[in-house]
Amino acid sequence: MTREEQKENLLRMSGTDVRKCMKCGKCSGRCPAYHEMDIKPHQFVSLLAQGKIEKLLSGKAIWSCLSCMACVERCPRGVAPAAVVEAVRDTVVRMQGANGIRAEDIPPIVDELIPQQLLVSAYRKYNK
Amino acid sequence: MQRIGVFICWCGSNIAATVDVERVSEVIRSEPGVVFSANYQYMCSENGQQLVKNAIKEYNLTAVVIGSCSPRMHEATFRKAAEEAGLNPYMVEIANIREHCSWIHKDREEATEKALVLVRTAIAKVNLDAPLQAGESPVTKRALVIGGGIAGIQAALDIAEAGFEVDIVEKNPTIGGRMAQLDKTFPTLDCSACILTPKMVDCAQNEKIDILSYSEVEEVKGFVGNFSVKIRRKARYVDETKCTGCKVCMEKCPSKKGLNEFNMGLNNRTAIYIPFAQAIPNVAVIDPEQCIKLKTGKCGICQKFCGVGAIDYTMKDEFIERKYGAIVVATGFRPLKPDKFNEYGYADNKDVITSLELERLMNAAGPTDGVLLRPSDGTHPKVITFIQCVGSRDTSGCGKPYCSKICCMYTAKHAMLIREKYPDTEVHVFYIDVRTPGKNYDEFYRRAVEQYGVDYIKGMVGKVYNQNGKLMVQGSNLIDNEQVVIPSDLVVLATAIEPEPSVRKVATLLTASIDTNNFLTESHAKLRPVESPTAGVYLAGVCQGPKDIPETVSQASACAAKVIGLLVKDKLKTNPCIAHPDESMCNGCSQCANVCAYGAITYVDKEFRLGGGKTEVRRVASVNPAVCQGCGACTVTCPSGAMDLSGFSSGQIMSEVEAICKM
Repeated sequence: MTREEQKENLLRMSGTDVRKCMKCGKCSGRCPAYHEMDIKPHQFVSLLAQGKIEKLLSGKAIWSCLSCMACVERCPRGVAPAAVVEAVRDTVVRMQGANGIRAEDIPPIVDELIPQQLLVSAYRKYNK
Repeated sequence: MQRIGVFICWCGSNIAATVDVERVSEVIRSEPGVVFSANYQYMCSENGQQLVKNAIKEYNLTAVVIGSCSPRMHEATFRKAAEEAGLNPYMVEIANIREHCSWIHKDREEATEKALVLVRTAIAKVNLDAPLQAGESPVTKRALVIGGGIAGIQAALDIAEAGFEVDIVEKNPTIGGRMAQLDKTFPTLDCSACILTPKMVDCAQNEKIDILSYSEVEEVKGFVGNFSVKIRRKARYVDETKCTGCKVCMEKCPSKKGLNEFNMGLNNRTAIYIPFAQAIPNVAVIDPEQCIKLKTGKCGICQKFCGVGAIDYTMKDEFIERKYGAIVVATGFRPLKPDKFNEYGYADNKDVITSLELERLMNAAGPTDGVLLRPSDGTHPKVITFIQCVGSRDTSGCGKPYCSKICCMYTAKHAMLIREKYPDTEVHVFYIDVRTPGKNYDEFYRRAVEQYGVDYIKGMVGKVYNQNGKLMVQGSNLIDNEQVVIPSDLVVLATAIEPEPSVRKVATLLTASIDTNNFLTESHAKLRPVESPTAGVYLAGVCQGPKDIPETVSQASACAAKVIGLLVKDKLKTNPCIAHPDESMCNGCSQCANVCAYGAITYVDKEFRLGGGKTEVRRVASVNPAVCQGCGACTVTCPSGAMDLSGFSSGQIMSEVEAICKM
C-alpha cells in the first residue's frame, strides 16, 4: 500500500474528518493517559492529516490509550481522536497477522452503556 | 415589436476570458427585434453607459438588454442610464453572463453558447416588458429604536441630532445595556460608565428622544415610512412621573433576597429597586415575583415611606400605539451560560466565573466595591487562570460555531488590569488563537504579555477540578507538547456571546430575516451592512453579529445616517415590480395573503357588475403597493392564476423558458 492509500484507509476506518481539527489541544488537555503516551491524542489527528503514517504505526501510545473517549467527548469540533487511535491500533494488529478479537472472549453479560469501541479496543490490546 | 439594443460587457477579463463576447454580440445581432448590438470592456463605466445612452437615442431603442454581471450589482446603474436617455427604466433587462456563466464555466465554447442562450432569454423577456411607473408613499418623520444599549443610544442620539423624533424602547427598567455593566473598555482602558452614562443623560435630556423603558414591542404593522407599532409598557408599580429616585423605598424594603441582575447575580437586591446608581430613568421598579405586597397583599412599606406617593400596586401593563417611518433594531446580546460545559465546573465551583462576572467584581460599583475577591470565601485570588473560547468556535452542539470576536481583547484587558492592580497575582491564559485585528488591538495584547507578564498558554483546558480548595486547571501546552495542571484560586471563562433571545420575537414582528445563530441578516454583507432586507428596518450592534463597542457605535451611527436619509424624504418611491390580482379571476381564497411574508395582501369586498343591471359583491385580494416587495410568492400560490407580478409576469417567465428550450 502506498502512503496515500494507507492514509485513506485510516481515514475511512476512523470515520473522522481530521480537517475539522482546529488545533486547540483540548483532547490532550483532557486525556487521563496523556503521560503514558508517546504520541499524544492531538498528534494522532495531526499526523494523520499530514499523512505521517510510519510515525503513527511505529508509536506505542496505541497500547496505553484507555479508549475512555474523553477526547471525543470534549472535542469542540466533533473530531474523534480516539477513533484515529483505534484505526491505527487495528491496522497494527492486522499487520501483525492476527486479529486480536475472539468472540468467545467477550463475556456474556456486557454493560450496554460501555462504548462498543472501548470493548473492541480492549480485546485488541489484551490479546496482542 | 420592440426595438432592442443588446450590450455585451467584457467585465475586463471576468467575462471576456471565458465567453467570446465578440461572437455573442455578432450572433445576437440577427435576432428578431434587435436593431443594435455592441460589446465593450466595462459597460458600467461612464463610457460604457454613454454607449448605451447614445444607442437609445440614435436607434430609437424601446428596450435594452445588457449582458453583464448579476442584476444585483448593476441593474440600478443601467436603469438609471436608460432613464437619462429618455427610456422607461423598466425596459431594461440584464442577462447575467458573469456569475451564471463565465465564473462557473471553464470551457470557452460551452460558456459562449450558454451566454447566447441567456441573452436570447433576456430578449424574450424584454419583448413583453411594459413601461412601469414607480408609485409614492408618505413618510412618518419619527424613528423607533428597539434596544437601549450603546447601539440604540448612539443611533437615537444621531437621529435626534438631525432633528427627528426618536423613541427608544428598552425592555429593562433602565437604558445602558451591557456596556453599563463593564468596568473598563479596551484598548484605551477608559472607564465604561464614564463614557456611557453621559450619553444616557443626553438621551434623557434630549427633547426629541422619548425613552420608553421597561417596555416591549408587541405588534408591528405597516411598511417602510409608515410603520404602526404597538408597545407594551410593563407595569412598573412606580409612577415614573412622580418618583424622584431618592431610594428610601430600597432602604425600607424587607424583601432583600432578589438576585441582582446588574451584578450578574453576585449579590442581592431588594424587591423595589433602581438597577444601578446612574440608571436612566432614575426611577424605581418593583419586581412582582419578589414583592411581598404583590404576592401576599401584606406589606406596603415602600408606599408608606415614599414621600411623593409614587408607588401604585394596582398598576397594570399599558399599551400605546405609535407611528414610525423607520425602525432600528439594537437588541444586543447576552453571554452564553457555561453550565453545559461540565469540564469547566462552572455549576459546581463558585470560583469558576464568567468574564462578565469578573467585570462586576472589578467594578467600583460592583458587589465587592471593586476589590477583586473570590466569590467563595472573599479572599484575594493569587493565581488566576483564564480560559478562552468557552462555547465559541464549537460545532459539537454545546456552544456556538462562530468566533465571538470580543473575548481575546477583553481577556487581555482583564489579565492586564489584574496584574496592574495586584502585581503579586499570577495570571495564566489558555488560548487557541489570539485574534486581535483592530486599531491598536494587537499592541494591546502584546502589552499584556510583554509589559505585564501575563502567561499565555497555547492550548485548551480539558478539565477543571477541585482539590484541597484549589481549582486544578488541566490543559494542553501545545508549544511545549505537555499536559499542564495549574492550581488556581479563580478561573475565568471567556464565554461566547449570543444574540439576546428576545430578538427572535422582534425579527418575527418585523419580518426581518434571521440566521441559524439568531443573528439578524443584513441586506448585503458588504454593500448594505446596516440594512435589513426588510425595507425601513436597520440593524445596529451585536444583534447583527459579534462586535465590540467601537464597531457597534460605528454601525449605530451608520444606521442613523440611513434613517435620516429616509426620514428627510417627504415621499418614497415604491418599487413598481409588484403583484396585482386580476379581480375577475380572484376567488377570494386567501392563499396569497397566507404566504405573503410582508403582510402586503388584504381582502376587500368589492361590487362587480354582472350585466343586465345586476351586481354582486365578491371578496377579492388587494395588494398594498408600498408594502409588496415583488417576491412573487403569491403568484405561484394563487390556484386560479389571478395574481401576477409586474415586470415578472407569468407570460414573461414562460417566454423565457421557451427561449431556453428552443436551443
